[in-house]
Parts: sequence; C-alpha cells; structure tokens
Amino acid sequence: MRFLLSLLLALTAAPAFAQATPPDALVKSITEDVIQIIRKDREIRAGNPKRIAEVVETKILPHFDFARMTRIAMAVNWRRATPEQQKALTEEFKTLLVRTYSNALTQYRDQVVDYKPLRARPDDAEVTVKSEIRQKGAQSVALDYDLERTPAGWKVFDVKVGGVSLITTYREDFAGQVRESGIDGLIKVLAAKNRSGETRKPAS
Amino acid sequence: MKPRNDVCMNALKRLGAALLIAGAAAGCATTGENPRDPLEPINRAIFGFNEGVDKAVLKPVAEGYRAVLPGIVRAGVTNFFANLEDVWIGINNLLQGKVEQGLGDVMRVAINSTFGLLGLIDVATDAGLEKHNEDFGQTLGRWGFGSGPYLVLPFFGPSSLRDGIGSMFDVQADLVVNIDHVRTRNTTFAVRTADRRANLLDASQVLEEAALDKYTFTRESYLQRRRSQIYDGSPPREEESGAARPQDGLRPARAQGHDSPWAPEARGEALPHALIQSALSPVLSASGAPVSVGSTASALTTSHPEGNR
Repeated sequence: MRFLLSLLLALTAAPAFAQATPPDALVKSITEDVIQIIRKDREIRAGNPKRIAEVVETKILPHFDFARMTRIAMAVNWRRATPEQQKALTEEFKTLLVRTYSNALTQYRDQVVDYKPLRARPDDAEVTVKSEIRQKGAQSVALDYDLERTPAGWKVFDVKVGGVSLITTYREDFAGQVRESGIDGLIKVLAAKNRSGETRKPAS
Repeated sequence: MKPRNDVCMNALKRLGAALLIAGAAAGCATTGENPRDPLEPINRAIFGFNEGVDKAVLKPVAEGYRAVLPGIVRAGVTNFFANLEDVWIGINNLLQGKVEQGLGDVMRVAINSTFGLLGLIDVATDAGLEKHNEDFGQTLGRWGFGSGPYLVLPFFGPSSLRDGIGSMFDVQADLVVNIDHVRTRNTTFAVRTADRRANLLDASQVLEEAALDKYTFTRESYLQRRRSQIYDGSPPREEESGAARPQDGLRPARAQGHDSPWAPEARGEALPHALIQSALSPVLSASGAPVSVGSTASALTTSHPEGNR
C-alpha cells in the first residue's frame, strides 16, 4: 500500500512540476534573470558577442519554439519544403533571430519592465504575456510574448515589439525570396545573411 | 500668401502630389504581389530615394548630433519637441472620444511647460501621466477608415493613403512648421529632424540586421505597427496571426477577406463618417484623386471580419 502510494506520488509529481511555472511567471523570471546579468556585465553592454551568445543560449533559447516560429514565417511554403529544407530553414532562421535578439539586448540600459496581469483561463493552450518597457523621457514600448503549452512547459512562439510581430513580419519577406529563387534560394539568402553577421563588428 | 506658411504649404503640396500620383495609380489597379501594396514598383523607387537621402544626409547628421551632444542635452531636446506634440496628440485623443487620455495630454502639456521648464524635462511621466502616441491617421483609423494602399512618401517614408491624408492634417497642426520667424523655424525644424533620426539610430541598426529585403520588412512592420497603434496596443487577433493553431504554418499567408486595403481597421462608429467625409472632400476633389470617400465610408459600416475567438 505504501509502495503504491509513493509510486503514485512519483508519477504525478513529474508532470505537476512541468506545469508548475505559469507562463507569466516564466516570462518574468527569464526577463529579470537576463536583466540582472546584463546589469552586472560590462562586456555585454559593450557588445561582446561571445558573452551575449552565452546568456541567450543558456537563459532564453530553451524557452523558444523555433520550429513553430519557422512554420509561421514560412506559411504556405512550409508544406512545399522537403524535411531537409525544413530543418535547414529552422536552423538558419533560429540563428538570424538569435543574432537580432542578442544585438537588441546590448542596447539595454536602465529600462524598467512592467508586467500586465495575465488574461487567460487555466486550460488555455496559448496565452499572451504582456509587458511594457519603460524608459525615462520616452514613450513606453509594449513587449508581448505568445506562449503555447507543451509537455516540456510553456514555450514562446512569437514576440511582438510595439505591436510588431518578430515572426509574421518575415512572412512576406520569406514569400518574396521563395517567389524569386525557390526555397533553396531562401535558405541560401538566410545563410549568407547569417555569415555576414558573424564577421560584423559588435555594435558600439 | 504669407511667407510663414511657405514650408508648410510646400510640404503639403509635395504630399498632395504624392497622394495624387498614388491615388491615380491605385485607380489603374497595377497589380503587385501584395494586395495591400498595389503600387510596389513606385513605392520601391521612392523607398530607394529615401534611403539615399538618409544615407547621404540624415544618418550622418544624426550620428554627428549624437556624438557631439551629451545625452542629457539630447533628452532635453527630445522632451521639448515631445511636449509641443502633446498638444496635437491630446486633440486627436479627444477626436477619438478618448476623453481621459486627451485630458491627460492637456495636463501633461500644462505640467511639463511649467514645472518641466518649457518641456525640457518630462515631469508629467513621473507624476503618472503617461505619454501617448496619436496622429490624425490614427484618428481616421479609429473612425473606421481602412489604411488604403500602402504608400512610401518622399521624405516622409512609409505611409498609406489614409495615413498620408492624416499627415496633411498633422503638418498643418505642427507648431514648429507654424513658427513665424523664418530662420527660427528652419533651425528648429532641422534640430528636430536630427534629434528624431538620432533616436532611431539603434532601431535602424536592428532593421538592417534583421531584414532580408528591407523594403518588404519595413512595409510589414509599418502596417502591423499602425494597426497596433490604432487599437492602442491591443488589436483583435487577426485570422492570419501567428497565434492561431499549431498547424497554421500550413495556411496561406494571406487570410481571406482581411487583405483588402479598404477593410476597416477599427470597428467604425457610424457618427463621424459624414463629418470626415465633408472635411476631406475638398482635399480630395482638389487633388483630383479618383477616390470616393463616400463609398469608402459606406463600406466601412460593414462589420469587421475579426479572427477573434
């Protein structure tokens, strides 16, 4: 009996833990974590790409669903891509997003992030966590995260800055490249863009 | 005509001419790849021109401006002009029926112009009065006007037929453009332009890094941004929004019924249509643009095909 009880506890404990962090708390803890690190780290603010990549990779990437992001950005063309192309697209798009996001992080100074109360039902599969970046002497900027419930916890699949989606903005951009030179052409353009970014000097 | 209105009138004339061309071309229904951007070839040309101007003049000036002036001075300059703008922002909030925000803007101007040393310091924000972002294009959107075709205006940059018409009112209401003394006006205008561009240096750097095709990326960002602004940051979810279903990557990029450039941006409150129609008709008939505001306005009373669940 006792054994059964402990087995039951062990079985229920694992999924309970995976769902333990609600989406708004998750976004908040990631953001505060990253802000703390940037505040302490002069090298990040100076644009040291290695240090930034480290923070992004360990703190942010695990909570992002890049496969879904790529699917959204590719829209109808996703279905037309072979599994290999889909894999390459996801990889290149991930690199591009991470780099853009990382460079934006270096521009962080002393902004304060405010979180809006979460409007969602407990059984919602997708929620939007809304926050606002406040800076002295400037209009605040809305920063919204779309998250989906997965077995591995909540995952971000879109970020909107000032109402502009980081992901859907790419739809027409991608579609244009595919129209011009096919899916392989798009992969090539993405790869070239990513390579040019590597050699670029860090933002001053 | 009094000389004080020269800059203003020239800007208006240029804008009017651009809208005229755009409107006429829209009438010819040049089919581009994107239904919201039927004038893509022309827009691209103007975009290239603007980029050239930016690269040759605006960006270097803004970089110099940022390098020479300490941050606190630049913040003062930004605040000063932001305070002047708050007047027109307040009027637009009131025109949109957002009385609380509008009165907040009036309070902001009152507080910042006095305690904030003529607007150099934004004390109103610290006092809990939030800064808003409004213009006449947003007011038109709030009243139910769809954006119309996307336009890139010379010098003004990304716009749309609706926002371009809105800009004509914004320029008229611009306190800087209406300064009497010519030299003061030109200097003030130049400083404001440099300051604005300097504030965008970081953002344009991000754009440079993120976009595959800068023109497309700018257009998509602009259209999303305006939609968000009209709804003050919480637009209803679009059918095509990424936040739909997991398999939405398989859907066509363009949602049905949403891509008509004339689709109403906001749920139209019927009242102001007649008002705005009469207000705009001289502008439109003067420019000869083949745009019937009447038909647009009546189309706007149809309900908005929301993808909101």
